[in-house]
Amino acid sequence: MAIGDFIRNSQVWKSIFRHPAPRDRRNRVVVMLTNVFLHLHPVSVRKSGIALSYTWCMGGITFFLFLVETVTGVLLMFYYRPTLEHAYNDILSLRDVTTLGVLRELHRWGAHAMVITIWLHMYRVFLTGSYKPPREFNWGVGVILLVLTLLLSFTGYLLPWDQLAIWAITVGSNMARATPLLGYEGPGSKFLQIGGVELITSGSDARFLLLGGRIVGETTLLRFYVLHCVALPLAVALLIAVHFWRVRKDGGISGPL
Amino acid sequence: MQTGLGVFYFLCVLLNLGFSYHFNQRRDSKQTLIWFAVAMVFAVHSLAYLFHLGWIIPHWVRELVDNAMNPVSYFVLAVVALWALLRYRKFLTEPVVAWTILNISLLFSGWAMTDPNFQQIITKEDNVPIVMLIGSVGFFTWLALRRAVLNDDRLARGEPPLEKLDDEKVLVWPDLVYTELIAMVVVTFGLVIWAVVLKAPLEQPASSAKAPNPSKAPWYFLGLQEMLVYFDPWMAGVVLPSMIIVGLVALPYIDFNQKGNGYYTFTQRTVAVSTFLLGFVVLWVTLIVLGTFLRGPNWNFFGPFEPWNVHKNVPLNNINLSDYFWLSMLGYSVDGMGWFMRELPGILLVVGYMLLLPPLLAKTILRPFFIRMGFIRFFLLVTLIQFMAALPIKMVLRWTINLKYIVYIPEAFFNI
Repeated sequence: MAIGDFIRNSQVWKSIFRHPAPRDRRNRVVVMLTNVFLHLHPVSVRKSGIALSYTWCMGGITFFLFLVETVTGVLLMFYYRPTLEHAYNDILSLRDVTTLGVLRELHRWGAHAMVITIWLHMYRVFLTGSYKPPREFNWGVGVILLVLTLLLSFTGYLLPWDQLAIWAITVGSNMARATPLLGYEGPGSKFLQIGGVELITSGSDARFLLLGGRIVGETTLLRFYVLHCVALPLAVALLIAVHFWRVRKDGGISGPL
Repeated sequence: MQTGLGVFYFLCVLLNLGFSYHFNQRRDSKQTLIWFAVAMVFAVHSLAYLFHLGWIIPHWVRELVDNAMNPVSYFVLAVVALWALLRYRKFLTEPVVAWTILNISLLFSGWAMTDPNFQQIITKEDNVPIVMLIGSVGFFTWLALRRAVLNDDRLARGEPPLEKLDDEKVLVWPDLVYTELIAMVVVTFGLVIWAVVLKAPLEQPASSAKAPNPSKAPWYFLGLQEMLVYFDPWMAGVVLPSMIIVGLVALPYIDFNQKGNGYYTFTQRTVAVSTFLLGFVVLWVTLIVLGTFLRGPNWNFFGPFEPWNVHKNVPLNNINLSDYFWLSMLGYSVDGMGWFMRELPGILLVVGYMLLLPPLLAKTILRPFFIRMGFIRFFLLVTLIQFMAALPIKMVLRWTINLKYIVYIPEAFFNI
C-alpha cells in the first residue's frame, strides 16, 4: 500500500492523472472528462443500454479488432516487401523463420473475426431498430465502414502472393470487367466510343484501374498493398471518428424512447 | 482426430451438466434428470473417442444426406426453416427447445467430423471462420428472437419492453469501462489461442498459369460467387452488390415504421425483420456456407460427405427464354432472327417486371403502403425488393424449367 500511495502522490503520477483515483462518484465523473480516450464515452449511460444481452458488444469488438489489425499490420510491414521477388518468400519466412511470425496469424484471424463481428454488429443494430430516427445517417456511415472493412480484407488477401491469394483476387476482380459501361465486357461499354475508337478496352476499363494491368501481377500487388496499408485504413479511421461522434450526438447508445 | 472429438464431446457433457445443475437449483427434478441423461449420452461418446474406439458415422446416413442434398433442397430447406422459425418463434425460442436443437446439432456435427471428406473441408484454415459465423449467427438469432418474443408478450399486455426496465443511469466508470476491458481481454485471449493453434494458410507460390479448380473468392464473397450460377457477372458481381449497399444505406429512410426503435420486437416490425432475416440469414449467410462447403471442382454441387471428384458430370441443358418462346411455343427457328425481335419476349418481361409492376402494386394490393410512404419511398422500396427477389425468381426458373437467360444479347454483354 505504501508503494501504491507513494506512486499516486508523486508529481509524475499527478501530472498524468489530474484527479484522485476514481473511487467516489465525483472522481468517476472527472476521470471520464479528463482523459482523451475515455471522453469518447459519455459520463453516464442507461443501464439497459449497456446490458450484454442487448448490445452484444459487437461494435466495440469490431473497433478493438481494427486496433489489433493496425498494430499487427504495422509490425508485419517490417517483414514484408510487396514485390514479385520477395512477397511470397517474406511470408514463407514469417511462417518458418521469423521469431514473431505468429503476427501473421493474429493479423489474418483478426481480420476474419472483424468481418464476422461487423456483420453481427449491424445485425443487432437492425434487430433493435437502432437505425431509426435520429440515427439514420450514422447507419449509413456504418454501411460504408462495412464496405471498407470488406475491401481491407479483400486487398489484404492478395499480399501473401500464393495460389490461394492470386486466384481469389482473380475471381473477385473479374467482376469489374463486367461493370456496366465501364468494364470492357460490361453491357453498354461498346457505346462509349469516339469516332469509331472504343474508349473501354481491356487496357482502360474498371478492372484495369483496379489491377493496374490486364492480369493480377506486380502492379496489382503494389496497388493492393498501398490501398491495404495506407488508403483504406485512413478512410476507415476517419469514418470511425465520424461514427463514434455521431453515436454521442444522436442520443448515445440506443434504447426505447 | 479421435482425441479431438473426445474433447469436443467432453465439452458437450460439461454444457449439459451445467444446464442440468441450473434446473436443479430451481428444484425442477424432471428437467434435471433429462439433461443429466443427455450429458451421459455425450459422456459415452466422449469416452468412446478418447479411448479411440473409432466409431464412424454409418455409411447409409452419409449417402442419405448426400443424395438428399442439392442446391434446390438446400435453399428450399433454408427458406422453410426461416419461415418455421418465425412462425413458431414462441415455441422454438423456449430455452429448453433451443437447447435441444443445439444439442442435436452438436451431436451430429461430431458424428459428421468422422467422415474424411467432411473433415477435410471443415478444417481448412480459412473455413474455420465460417464455422464461427454459423455458430454466432445461430446464437444471436435465437437471442434476438427470444427477447423479441418476451417483449411482444409484454407489449401485448400493455407493459413496456424489457429494455425500459433498467431505465436509471449508471456511471460509465466503472460499469461500461470494465465491461470493455473484460471484452478486450477475452478477445485478445481468444485470438492468441486461435493464432497459436491454427497456422495461417500458405499454398504454392502464385502462378497465373495454373488455375486451381475450384477457384474461390475469399469466403465472405462466396454468396456473391454463388449468384454467378444464376446471373452473369455484371448482375451478380456489380449490380446486385451495389443494390445491397444502396439498399442498406436507404433502409432508415424507407422504413417509415416509428415503432420498434431501441428494443427487440417482431410483431411491431414483421415485414422489416422478416425481409432482413431472409436477406442476411438465407441469401447471405447460407449461400456463403453453400459456396464454401458444398461447391467443389467446376463449381459443381457436392454433398457434405461426397468426395470432390473433378470429373463429376452434371448435365447442363439450360435453355434461353427466346428458344422457349419462338421454338417451343410458336415453332419458329431463332437462327437469323435479329436480336431485338428474338429477345423481345424477354425484354418485355424484364421491362414489365421493373417498370410496370411497381405502379401496379401501388394501385392495388400495396396501395395503403403507397399512400403512407409517398412516391419516392415507395418506388425505392419496391425497386430494391425487386432486385432482391430477382435472385430467388431466377433460381426457381432455373430449377423448374431449366431457364438459362431471360434476355440473351451476347453482342452487348447484356444477359439477364
